[in-house]
Amino acid sequence: MDIYAQNILEHFKNPSNKGFIKGADVTHNEANLSCGDKLKVGLKIKNNKLVDFKFSGGGCAISQAAISILGEQIIGKSLSLILKLNFDDVKKYLGVSVSERRAKCALLGLITVQNAILKSKGKKLKEWRDYFLVFNKNFTD
Amino acid sequence: MKNIRGQFPILTKKINGRAMIYFDNAATSQKPQSVINSMVDFYTKHNSNVHRGINPLAEEATRQYENARKKVKEFINANSTQEIIFTKGATESINLIAQSWGRKNLKKGDIVVLSIAEHHANFVPWLQLKKEIGIEIDVISLTGKGYLDIQKAKNLLTQKKVKLLALTLCSNVLGAIETRSIVSLQKIARANNIKILLDASQAISHIVVNVKKLNCDFLAFSGHKMFGPTGCGVLYGKNELLEKIPAWQGGGDMIREVFTNKFSENNLPYKFEAGTPNIAGAIGLGVAVDFIKKTGFKNILKKEEELTNYFLKKIKECDFAVLHGPTISKDRILVFSLTIKGVHPHDAADALGQKGIILRAGHHCAQPLHDYLKVSATLRASLSFYNTTEEIDLFFKELKKVYQKFN
Repeated sequence: MDIYAQNILEHFKNPSNKGFIKGADVTHNEANLSCGDKLKVGLKIKNNKLVDFKFSGGGCAISQAAISILGEQIIGKSLSLILKLNFDDVKKYLGVSVSERRAKCALLGLITVQNAILKSKGKKLKEWRDYFLVFNKNFTD
Repeated sequence: MKNIRGQFPILTKKINGRAMIYFDNAATSQKPQSVINSMVDFYTKHNSNVHRGINPLAEEATRQYENARKKVKEFINANSTQEIIFTKGATESINLIAQSWGRKNLKKGDIVVLSIAEHHANFVPWLQLKKEIGIEIDVISLTGKGYLDIQKAKNLLTQKKVKLLALTLCSNVLGAIETRSIVSLQKIARANNIKILLDASQAISHIVVNVKKLNCDFLAFSGHKMFGPTGCGVLYGKNELLEKIPAWQGGGDMIREVFTNKFSENNLPYKFEAGTPNIAGAIGLGVAVDFIKKTGFKNILKKEEELTNYFLKKIKECDFAVLHGPTISKDRILVFSLTIKGVHPHDAADALGQKGIILRAGHHCAQPLHDYLKVSATLRASLSFYNTTEEIDLFFKELKKVYQKFN
């Protein structure tokens, strides 16, 4: 399947929830240094639920579409549920097959959001290998 | 130059049913059958360790290994084979100089001058010394077209504490050939007792590299970017300088005598070749030199100039892509780094890869340069003389489709 399916390109060109939240409860940055993809997210949290979400930054179509689609899925959801999401969920949301070489692009949004939540709880942040260990794959820059 | 492509077996490969177009030669060049055969031949008929053992098989292996050194010596016009150290590649060659020459000769506050266009391999070893002993690093910026800014370089070199000028002969991103600039910096470097290290990794298969004409103190390159195998590269150093600096790694081959409380070092070049070397790799590199000679460097350069001119013409006609680096063919090698309007380089490389066009996207191990250019990444098409104008046409045709899809 073409990774640049219509829905991916639509989200890339017209992303949902792009911008900044005034008075966000937590903001967090992550980058995919080898590609130069950079994301910043702002979250509003109420009663352990994500009530509002915005992202900014730039990068490839996969990273941008993935955070746009992810945002639509997670607003209104509980933080514990969002923290449980993994690579398979991201692939399901994207609806295209993601090759190993684009896995980091697809996951950048999820790691940024999950680390923002962990940061708000004062917990230890996730690292890339936490995502890839699950699939028993060796990923490096 | 008949049937050049036929000598590179991988060039008939298909990807997704399409003929592969290999435009990633700056990362590694493809290997001719003669190089592949030489390594198979070594392991099939001559495999033994070198410089050891009084036996006829070790003698065969040693003869082949040393013969490769002779070929490399002639290829870069060094004075003697003592000046040719086999390493793992250009990265290890530069690390060797930083760790051995650098630790012995540099002290806190001394300055190493680099250009902003250096590969990480010529940045990090010096940054490590900055961390370790407190040396300073000064960086030469570029002119608008991506050439070394000679005036700035001259200003930096007149500082008292500059001990080393470490520059790439050809940037792996911009493709600019800096031979003339480097030669023009010689006088000022010599007058101030500044040593010169050149990174010839990109230059080695695209311009004639003559260490006597360049009058450099050290020069580093990798065999795999000049049709040889991976894992074998070269450090050239002037004999009198290499004599004066201590061995880097310790082990077999680099010693003359070892006692429980001391050791003495072997002669050059063995002093810097601790442990069993990449014997088959060196032999393959020697055969890569043979391949270039047999094909004729002049013929290779002529074909490359044609391809460069053609690519430059096509990029000029292209209104959605910007080329970084010189636009005059005689000033550049066939490494073309592009920014595509509205398309992230990774998307372009992935989409074109699906069409069998092999490119690289990212910062190409030159993050300081990309920061300087204010782009996070570029799409790099790097060609070799075995590429064709038809392949360039196809590349631009497919690139246009990608651009249209994203915009």
